[in-house]
Formats: sequence, structure tokens, C-alpha cells
Amino acid sequence: MYGMGVLKGLSVTLKHFVNTYLDDFKYGFLWIGNKRYTTEVLPKRQSAEARGIFTVQYPEEVLKPQERFRFVPFLVYEGSDENREYRCTACGICSKACPPQCIWIVRANDPETGRPLRKPAEFYVDIDICMNCGSCAEFCPFDAIKMDHDFELADYDRTLSHIHDIQRLGKPVEYYARIRPSYHASEQAEILAKADKSARAKG
Amino acid sequence: MSETSQTQATQEPSVLTVQDAYGVLLERFPGQVRMDERQGYEGVLIEADSLLDVASFMRDQLGIRYLSSVTGVDNLPNGQLESVYHAFAGLGPALVFKVQVDRDRPEVPSLVSVWPSADFQERESYDLLGIRYIGHPNLQRILTWEGFHGHPLRKDWHEPYYEEELKPFASRHPDGHVYRAEDRNPFGMNLQYPSDFDPHNWTDIAQAAVYQPLQRTALESRLETETMVINLGPQHPSTHGVLRVVMAVDGETVVDLMPVFGYLHRNHEKIGERCTFPQIMPYTDRLDYICSMSTNLAYALAVEKLTGIRPPERAEYIRVIMAELTRIVNHLLAIGFLWNDVGAFFTPVVYAFNERELILDLFEMAAGSRMMCNYVRVGGVFEDLPDGWMEKARRLVYDRLPRFVDEYERLVVQNEIWRARAIGVGVLPAERAIAVGATGPLLRGSGVPYDIRRVEPYSIYDRFDFDVAVRFNGDVYDRFMIRFDEMRQSLRILRQAMEQIPDGPVQTGKKNYTIKVPPGEAYHRIEAPKGELGFYLVSDGRPNPWRYHVRSTSLINLTSLAEMCRGHKIADVVVILGSIDITLGEVDR
Amino acid sequence: MADDLTHPSIKVPAEIQGTVRVATWERFYNWCRSRSVWPMMFGLACCAIEMVAMASSRFDFSRFGMEVMRASPRQADLMIVAGTVTKKMVPQIVRLYNQMAEPRYVLSMGACANGGGPFKEGYSVVSGVDKYIPVDVYVPGCPPTPQALIFGFIQLHRKIEGQTWKDYTWYKNRGHGEEIPLPILGPDLFDPRQIALIEAAAISEQANVEQAAG
Repeated sequence: MYGMGVLKGLSVTLKHFVNTYLDDFKYGFLWIGNKRYTTEVLPKRQSAEARGIFTVQYPEEVLKPQERFRFVPFLVYEGSDENREYRCTACGICSKACPPQCIWIVRANDPETGRPLRKPAEFYVDIDICMNCGSCAEFCPFDAIKMDHDFELADYDRTLSHIHDIQRLGKPVEYYARIRPSYHASEQAEILAKADKSARAKG
Repeated sequence: MSETSQTQATQEPSVLTVQDAYGVLLERFPGQVRMDERQGYEGVLIEADSLLDVASFMRDQLGIRYLSSVTGVDNLPNGQLESVYHAFAGLGPALVFKVQVDRDRPEVPSLVSVWPSADFQERESYDLLGIRYIGHPNLQRILTWEGFHGHPLRKDWHEPYYEEELKPFASRHPDGHVYRAEDRNPFGMNLQYPSDFDPHNWTDIAQAAVYQPLQRTALESRLETETMVINLGPQHPSTHGVLRVVMAVDGETVVDLMPVFGYLHRNHEKIGERCTFPQIMPYTDRLDYICSMSTNLAYALAVEKLTGIRPPERAEYIRVIMAELTRIVNHLLAIGFLWNDVGAFFTPVVYAFNERELILDLFEMAAGSRMMCNYVRVGGVFEDLPDGWMEKARRLVYDRLPRFVDEYERLVVQNEIWRARAIGVGVLPAERAIAVGATGPLLRGSGVPYDIRRVEPYSIYDRFDFDVAVRFNGDVYDRFMIRFDEMRQSLRILRQAMEQIPDGPVQTGKKNYTIKVPPGEAYHRIEAPKGELGFYLVSDGRPNPWRYHVRSTSLINLTSLAEMCRGHKIADVVVILGSIDITLGEVDR
Repeated sequence: MADDLTHPSIKVPAEIQGTVRVATWERFYNWCRSRSVWPMMFGLACCAIEMVAMASSRFDFSRFGMEVMRASPRQADLMIVAGTVTKKMVPQIVRLYNQMAEPRYVLSMGACANGGGPFKEGYSVVSGVDKYIPVDVYVPGCPPTPQALIFGFIQLHRKIEGQTWKDYTWYKNRGHGEEIPLPILGPDLFDPRQIALIEAAAISEQANVEQAAG
């Protein structure tokens, strides 16, 4: 019969419609008072098992980025905010590896001898060029530059704020450990193993 | 719908091997054809004067019916430009032939009369390298515009922000005082003008040139009514990006049509030639931005062909899994957008995006980004799959996606309105499909069971059991149904790969931002979701490629748009365009 | 969403706080405007796919009253420049912007639209759409995730809510802002406003050449 095909298609949309509400009940989305999912339920509601359509109600609910997620780069520093010790040694590998060449590094010089030091005096990333590819973090031999998770960067002006300088790029190692726990843990383990080895070699 | 889909395992056997074919050519055209003796190069060099004869001989006598890629190379040190062709008979590797001409008088006979698939590619080569193809029916600039100064891919042509020949640039380290490139340009923008440019007396020839080939048809038309030329795009609600289609219409009927490109021309190849080999990888993401994993894979395979690096076993499997997931994403979106164009506004797209989000979650988990994955590396992949990835992927591949594909098919496939719009519309016969260089679902929808995973297996595709989907009517409906067949085959490959995947390392050798590449050339093609995606690389031994060319699927598939649309209504043009499935990032590069 | 409508200086009695909002007329008007921004359906490149992802059910921008994507610039309030702006495309973008009705907003999405992005060094890419049309909000990222884009929308809402009638072109002039002259495709793209600059550059270049020759 003419029109059956259309009805058959509409039955699929109806199924999705009903399933969405069934899922809502199943995952504890109550109608009165509880307008948001809790952080435990949110991933379940969006898994392969869920049947209905789902929405993340950003900004009230935030979809947490995966651990490997990469946005613009940041520099890891140890110590406190006033007394930052960047891991960066100004070796320049990131700026060489960067495909669109958006990393600019000025190496620090010893004020007395004028010899180059193993730390950056200035460090810039032009985030209007950066393609979030993660090459800098991938090739950095000192685990000094990492890709950030913070994506809330929208603003009204780009002339002043879109070239990130070293002050803006620096983030504490605790932040890094929080956003990439397994990477941080494996790096720490590596450092410990190395120290252990060298201690044994000496002793 | 499996009863209507027929599958065929292999092609007709090729009569000649490529080496035999070269032998025949050398014998038949002495003095005109000689082997390319340069180290690392393959194929034959043909004198420009006899190119047309040799090409017709190849097509008619040697059965080489499909010209895949046409491009050019600027051999600046020799003062020569080289036009490079890759053609295929059926099974097996490419037959490569080249024509070398003087840089001062770069004239090569056009092969459009022998293989129509050369049409856009010759125009591109003319635009970017300045090789003039004599006898081309419409030799205009294609990616830049008529009137643009110079030919950008020539090695002595420099862009306005030119800094150095090769990356990495010296200004970044150790004395990298930051500046914005536009601040050093006299116009404050990415601009430069030839010294004889007079802005007061400039006539805008770009627009007139676009309409000129269509006005010819308008005059030839013998109908009483007036033929009108109208534009579709570049800003247009159909969701295919900034493609512009110029049509000559008689009432509502399309008399002739020409796609106009270049609105997303991002200088991929010029930038690629400045980058080192590994630096190009993230740029390939942005070629076909819906299937970045496949483009990554194609590029990595091309470099591996050039260097001889082999990835470890586990990496091969991971690559296949990613590539097939990408194929599913692409086909879901292709179908969704196609339905969007017929008027099923957004519901199918919403459902497709739901599943896509789940697959993108997997990509984000493994590669760190939803769309621009940058996951495949030369000699392996970026990093091993994280914990829990495989489990998540299995649930998707074994349970959810097969169910969804069936449901998605049920959503519209029997819809009478859709069938009326699709069946018998935009027919492309098999012979023509091969001649115009159509690949992928477009070719297989026309009844040609040609799948590179089968005819020239790359990576580890020879280990999997799958069928080459093919349908025979060559209309919009078949091209659309074939995508469902292919998704099912992809799921089949995925299930096998997930069962067989071994443990082990995922990267050969140490990671570095430069790699050693021997001098030579390589062309590698894969069966990307949209069709044949090829990368042509020429290395001169430096860390950067001398020539980097993308044989773009979408651009060459569009060659057939005009002949599919003639005689149909304007509304059908959008549907036919949707059934080809293009990504503008890849068309314009 | 309406919780922020009440003017901070006004104390609403506790018993009616859930139902009554007190605001100035201007604030109410801007609040309404910011919650019905109609974007133009206009995708340029990769970012456009993330824009569609944001429009579909997982991120769903109809929660902000934005689901009415208009294909015509005449009916749109917001132009989302999603993707790389090339020299060949700029005349069209400027024309579309000129055709939009006031008050109009431009959101530049992604590194390419902001400042050229990874393709900035190329010969046919414009170093930021703001070289030609005024931009209200910049969303960095390559590409920005849908959530990052929604954050951009929230920034735009804040901007609209902060505007007063006095400083907007439409209310100042009782009409359109000035039209931006269309750039022309010459040997390279040229802006009619820059003709004098181009001529000066040509003259100085010639002088340089003569100097070098002499």
C-alpha cells in the first residue's frame, strides 16, 4: 500500500522517542526536582547500552574529556606559583617538531658569562595557529610541555590574549597529575626506576 | 536487503603484468618511450609529441582503462617540468608514465580525449604548476582564480608569508621573539602583488571565466526558450560545504553544469612541501575531515612504501580497526546528509550523529581528539589502545552498530517519497564510471566490483574475509544502498580484526620528528570511505618531500557530476551531489 | 535560566523569589534577545562538522533557543564563521555579512577563522576573518569541541546582555551600519580601501629596484 514505507520509517522515530523516556526512568532521571544527571549516571546514559537519545546539558553538566584529549599546550612547572621551576630546558625540540611552527622560544642566557642556560627566558604559543596535534608533547624529552584539557577559552579579543606567554602557559605539576593521572604515574615510576638504577650503579 | 546485493570476489584477470606492459611499449614506440632510469623511480618516460598515440595504444591494446592520477613535478635543478600519470588495468600495481618538458615552454598534450578522468587533474596541474595541456577543452585555473599571479607549486614561487624554504624555521629557536606574520607584511594581511599591478584599471576576469564554458552551451541550444545560467553555492543550505555549481538551466531542467572549486583551497601541497615527513601527518587530518584516520593511514603507507619501514603486527590491526570504524562514520554521515538533501531534514542526521559520537568517543580515548585524530604514525601508531578501549569497542561493534544499521535502513529505505526521488535518478553506466575515474561507492554502485582492498591489498586486508559490495543500476538509490552493504562488510572486518589482534609493540623504531627517507618516488593508494585516496611523494633525500601530491577522491569523483545531472531538475542536482559524497577539504585541499 | 534576570541591586522578598523577577526594561529586552539568537547555516570547513555535531542531540543548541538555523542571511542574527577563510571565499563572506540585518553578531570558530590557523602560512588563506568583518567572539581550538563552542555562545550571550541601546549601530542610526566594500579577486585579493597603500608599495618597490640597479 502506498504510504506504508513512510509509516514504517515513522515507527523508527517513535521507537527512539519512547526509548528516550524509558532510558530516563531507567537511569534515575526523575521528573520533579532532579533536572540533571549525576556524574555517575551520565557516562552510562551515553554508552553503547543506552537505547534512547541523550543530551549533555552543558554548562550545567560537563562531559569530561578523555585522558588523552588535547587542546592547546601548556608548560608543566614544579614548585609554587611565585617560584616556578619549569621542566622546560629550552632545547627547542617542540618548536622544531611543531607542524605549523607556532612555538617560539627564547633561551635564557647567564647574565654574567652570557652562556646559554638550560631554561627558557620567553616561551610563546600562538593559539591562533596551533592545530592541537600534540606533536610538541609527543616529542618533548623532558615531559615539560603537555596538552591541556581546558577548552573554555572563548573571548572577545584575540590581539592580546591569543599569544600565550610563559606566564599564561605555566601550570603546576599537580594540575597535570589531575588531568592525566596515568601518564603522570608512569613518568614518576620511570624517574624512580632511573634513580634506583643509578643509585645501584654507584653503590 | 542482502538478496539484491551481489558480491563478487575478484576482477577479470589482468592480461599483462606492469613489467610486460613497459616491454611492449618500449618495443612498439622505439625512441619515443624509454625507461625512467633514475634511482628510486619507476615507469617510462614518453616524448611529449607521441603521448597521445601511446596513451590510446595503452587504452585500446593493453586494456588500461582507468587513469587514476595526473600530477606534475617541478624539477627546478634540471629546468624541467614533469607530468606524471598513474594508470591501472585492473589488478596489480600502477603503470607509471611521465612526460618531461622544458620549464620555459611547458606544453603537454591533454589526455582528456583518451581518459576523461584527466579533466580536473590537468586543470589543477596547470593551475598550480603551469603545465599547459594542449587540447584540453577548458584549461582554466581550478583552485585559484583566473587572473591569479604565478603558479604556486613552482619551487621558485614564494607566498607572501614566505620565511624559509624548509621547516623548521630558524626564527623560532633559540632566539624566538614572537611576531605575527601579518605585522611584517606591508598590507597587514597575507597579500603580495606583482610590480605591474594597477588596481584602478583591474577588470575582474575571474567571474567571467567561470561562466564562459556554460555560455557556449547556452548558444548552441536550439530550444526556443532562453537558457539561464544560475549559481548554486558557495553558500548554500545543503550541507556539503563551499562547493559552487554553475548551471545552465532551461526552465527547471539542467542543460549543462560545471562545479567551481577553490573556495576551501588551503595550500595543502605547498605547506606539505615545506614540512618534514612526520609534520605532514596532522595536516592530512584536515584533508577529509570526516575520515581523518583513513587519510592518516594512506599517508603513512605512502611514506612506508618510500622508506621500507614496516609497522609491527599489533599496529597493523589497530590501523585496520580505526580505518573501518572511520568508514562506518563516513557512510552514516553520507547517508544522513543525503536524506537531508531530499528533505528528511535533520532526523536521520541526528541519529547518525548519535552513533558517530559513540565512535568519536573511542577515537578521543585512543588518539586524543574527536575529529583530527593524528593517530597513525610512520611505522606504527601514536600509542597503544588505552585500557578498556577494546571492551567498549566490542560492545559497539558486536551489538549496537549492527542493530543500528538495520534500523537506519528501515527508517527511510521503503519510504515512497525517497524512492521516487532516488530510483532512476543520476544514472552513471559502468563504462562511463571507469572512464571518468569514479572510485569507491560511486563506481561499485555502477556495477564495477573494484575495491582496492581486494585488487591491490595493502596493510593486512588480505587476511580478512569480506565481500566487495556491488550494485548494478548506477543510480542514486544504488549508490545509497551500497553504503549499507559496505557498513555491514566493515563490521565483518572489524569483528575478525578484534578477534585476531595480537599483543605487542605498536611502533617500529624510535619516534622522531624527522625520518630518513631515501631519494625516489612512491604512489600509494587506499580504499578510503569515499574511494581511491592516493598520495604521491617524491623525495630527494632531504627530510622534507620534494613533491607531495594528494590524489583526491572527492575532486575526481566530481568529474562525473555534469553527465549525471544533465536532463534532470535542479532539485535532483543536490541529491546527485549528495550521493557522490564529497568533503570539500579534500576537493580543494 | 531566568535566575539571573533579576537586577542585582533589587531585593525580591524571599517568599516570591521563585516566581517574580524584577529587571530594567533594557535588561529584559537584552535577555530575550540573547536567548533567541538565530545562527546562519554557513559552514566553511572542518569546524562546520563540529558545528553540526553541536546542533545534533548530544549537545543540542536548541537549549539556547538557537535551533532555527537560517539559510538566508536576511533572517539570521549570528554568523558562525566555522572554518578556514580563503581569499576566494572572502568576497562572499563580506557580502553575506552586509546582507545580514542589524543587530548582527559574528562568532569566529576555530583557529583558522581566528587567525589563519595551521594554514596561515599558505598563499590563499586569510589571516583571520576579522581582517574583513568585525568579530564579536573568538573560539580557539582546532577544531573546538562542541562544548567549547557552546562556551563561546555563552560568552556571546553575556556580551549581548551587557549591551545598551545607546552603543548599538541600529539604535544609533535608525538603520544599517556602513556596508563593507567587497574585496576583489585580482592578481591577489585586494581591498578597494587599500588601493592607495598598494600603489605606494609598488612605487617604493620600484625605487628599491632602481636603487639596486643603479
